[in-house]
Amino acid sequence: MTPETVLGELAGILGDTLGNDSIKLARSTVRSDIHDWDSFNYILFMVAVEKKFAIKFTVSDIEEFPNVGAIVDKIIDLTG
Amino acid sequence: MEWLPAVENFRQALQSAGSAGSPQAKLGELAHLARHRLGFIETLQLDRALAGVGTAKADGFTSLRVALVGSATLNQLEPGIRVAGLRHRLLFEVKTGSYGQYRQEILSASSFLREFTPDIVLLSLTASDVLGSVPLTASAAEVDAVVTKSVGDLQPLWRAIRENSGAAVIQQTFPELGPFIFGSFDRTIPGSPLRLVACLNERLAETARDDNVPLLDLATQIHRDGIDAWFDARHWLHAKQEIKPEAAPLFGELFARVVAAQRGASRKCLVLDLDNTLWGGVIGDDGIDGIVLGQGSAVGEAHLALQRYAKQQKERGIILAVCSKNDPAVAERAFREHPEMLLKRSDISAFAANWEDKAANLARIAKELNIGVDSLVFVDDNPIERARIRQALPAVAVPELPKDPAYYARVLADAGYFEAVSFTPEDRERTELIARDAERSAFLSVSQSMDDFLRGLEMAVVHGPVAKGDLARVTQLINKTNQFNTTTRRYTLDEIAGKAASPDCLALQFRLLDRYGDNGLVSTVILNRAPEPQALEIESWVMSCRVFGRELEFEAMNIVVEAARHHGAGALVADYIPTTKNAIIKGLYQEIGFAPVDPAGAEDGRSRWQLDLAAYAGRKTHIARREAPR
Repeated sequence: MTPETVLGELAGILGDTLGNDSIKLARSTVRSDIHDWDSFNYILFMVAVEKKFAIKFTVSDIEEFPNVGAIVDKIIDLTG
Repeated sequence: MEWLPAVENFRQALQSAGSAGSPQAKLGELAHLARHRLGFIETLQLDRALAGVGTAKADGFTSLRVALVGSATLNQLEPGIRVAGLRHRLLFEVKTGSYGQYRQEILSASSFLREFTPDIVLLSLTASDVLGSVPLTASAAEVDAVVTKSVGDLQPLWRAIRENSGAAVIQQTFPELGPFIFGSFDRTIPGSPLRLVACLNERLAETARDDNVPLLDLATQIHRDGIDAWFDARHWLHAKQEIKPEAAPLFGELFARVVAAQRGASRKCLVLDLDNTLWGGVIGDDGIDGIVLGQGSAVGEAHLALQRYAKQQKERGIILAVCSKNDPAVAERAFREHPEMLLKRSDISAFAANWEDKAANLARIAKELNIGVDSLVFVDDNPIERARIRQALPAVAVPELPKDPAYYARVLADAGYFEAVSFTPEDRERTELIARDAERSAFLSVSQSMDDFLRGLEMAVVHGPVAKGDLARVTQLINKTNQFNTTTRRYTLDEIAGKAASPDCLALQFRLLDRYGDNGLVSTVILNRAPEPQALEIESWVMSCRVFGRELEFEAMNIVVEAARHHGAGALVADYIPTTKNAIIKGLYQEIGFAPVDPAGAEDGRSRWQLDLAAYAGRKTHIARREAPR
C-alpha cells in the first residue's frame, strides 16, 4: 500500500466517523484542523482504522500520534 | 448479532432512508435498517441519520428519555443505545452524566437528572468504585460485610432516583474482569478480585430482585462472549471506558430489550417450522422413521437441542406454535409417535401444517391465539421463507439461522426475543390456560344458548385491592394488554405500587374461576381522584382477551362501583382513548350505562364518560363473587 492510498482510506473512515463526506487529509493534518474531531471521535476513528486494516495500535500510539502522517506510517509499518 | 440479517449495501440503504418523504417515513426506513446486522461504524452512521429526524413523537414509536449514570466513561454507548431502541420501536433521547459523579448526580438537588427528568436511569458502575479496596487476605466474613455494605449503598441511590425523578432504574451488573492472582485456585479465595466481584453480583441480583430493580446482566453476557469482546485495556487506560466502543451496539440491544420487556413489548409466541428445523430431513419424503432426530446422531441431537430450548421457553410462559408446509396428518403423527420428539402435541398451542402461504398461516396463528403478529417469532431454516415473511409481515421477528443446525438453539437464545422482567404464576401455566380455553370453546359450541353457556361455566370472580404479591402480574397485564385497554397507559411496577398505596387511588384486581379451572389474574382497574368534584376517574382498565365475552367486565364494574361508593365518590369518570388495537371496547362505557361528557367527542376520537353512582343499579351477571384472601 502506498502512503497516498492509506491517506485516502483514512479520509473515508474519518468521514464515516464524523458524518462528513468532504474531509481532506494531508500528512500534516492534526485533529484541531478538522471540525468535530474531538478526543471522543478520535477513539472511534482509531477503532475503525484498526478494524479496516486488521491491525492493533499500542496505547502509546493512540496517545502520541502527532499528526495524520504518523498514523499513515504506523499503518504501513504494521501491514507491511 | 448473528440473528439479524445482513444488509447488502449499507451506504445505499442509508441514503434511500434519508431521502424518504416525511419524518415518519424516514423513521420507518431507519427502523427497518436497524433490524439488520450492523457494525459499530454503521451504527454511528445510522445514529447520525436518526438525529436528523429527531426523537419527537412518532406513530408506532414510544419516546423515552434515558440517563446514563456511572463511574466510568459511558458516552461511547449512546449511539448503540439509540439504534437498538429504534430496532425495538423506542425513540431514546439519551444523556450521559459527568464522569465519576454518579452519587452527586443522583443525590444533589441541582443535578442534570433533575433538569433532564429521565424516564429511565441506567446505573453502570465499576466494581472497584463500589467495593473500594479489599485485601486478598480478607476472610469470607469480611468479604460478606463489604459486599453487603456495597449493595446496601446502592439502595438509597435507587430510591432517590425513583423519588426525585420518578424514573425507572435499570442496574447493570459488574463485569468480572479479574485478573487471576493464583489461577484456578482464585475461586476458593473470597478476597481474590474475581471471586469478590462474583460475590458482589450475586448479592446485587438478590437485592435487585427484592427491590424490583431490573438488571442489565452485562457480567453474564461477558461470560458468553469473552472479556476481549467487551473490554479493551487501552480504552480503559486512555479514556476510562470499561465497555469498548465496538461493543456499544450489543450493549444497546441488551438495554433496549430490558426496556421493551418492562413495557410488555417482548415477544409472546415461538412459531416453529418442522422439516430441517425441528428435525432433520423432510418427513413427507423420508417418512416418520426417516427423519433425523435425537440420540445416536449429532445432527439429530442438534435439532433436539432446539426442541429443548423451545420446551424451556414453553415452561416459562412462551406460547409454542407450528407453521409448516406439510400434510397435517403426517406432521401431527411425528409429535404423537416419534419416540425422540421432546415436544409433544400438547405443548403446541396452534398447529398450522398445510400447503398454504406461511404469511397467511402466521396471521391466522396470531388471530387464533388472540395476540398481535408483532408478538410472533418465526424460526425457519429456509432463507426464502424467511425473506418472504420479513417482506410480507415485517412485524414478525424472523431470526437469521446459520447453515449448521448445531447453532440454531444458540442463535435463537442470543436473539433475546423473550426478555422478561417478571415470572408470574400465569406465565408458568400459560399453555394450560390456553388448552382450557379450547375446552371452553368446545363447551360453547355444544351449549344451546349463550345464557346456557355462561350459566354452565359456573364462574366466580375473586377480587380485592392489588396486594404486594399481585404487583408483578398486574404490571405485566397492564403493559401487555392492547385490546381491552381503555387508555393504553403503561406503568412501571413502582408506579403501580405507588397507586396501590395511595389514599387517593384504588387499584383493584380480578381473577376469574370457572368449572375448567382458574383463569388467573385477568383484569385490573386503577382509579384515581378525578378533576371533577366527588368523582373517581378510571385511569386504566385492562382485561385479558382470554376472558372476553364472559360478562366479567360487567361484574367488575359492579365491584368498582361499590368500591367507589365506599371511597365516598358520587360519580365515576373515564376516558376511552382509541388506538389501532382497542376498537373492541369502543362502546364499552356506553353499554355499561356511562353518559358521554361531551356528546360531540374530541377530534382524535377520544371520549370522556361519566356514571352517576346514585343512579347505577348494577347489572346482573352469571358470575358469583368471592373476596380475595388477605
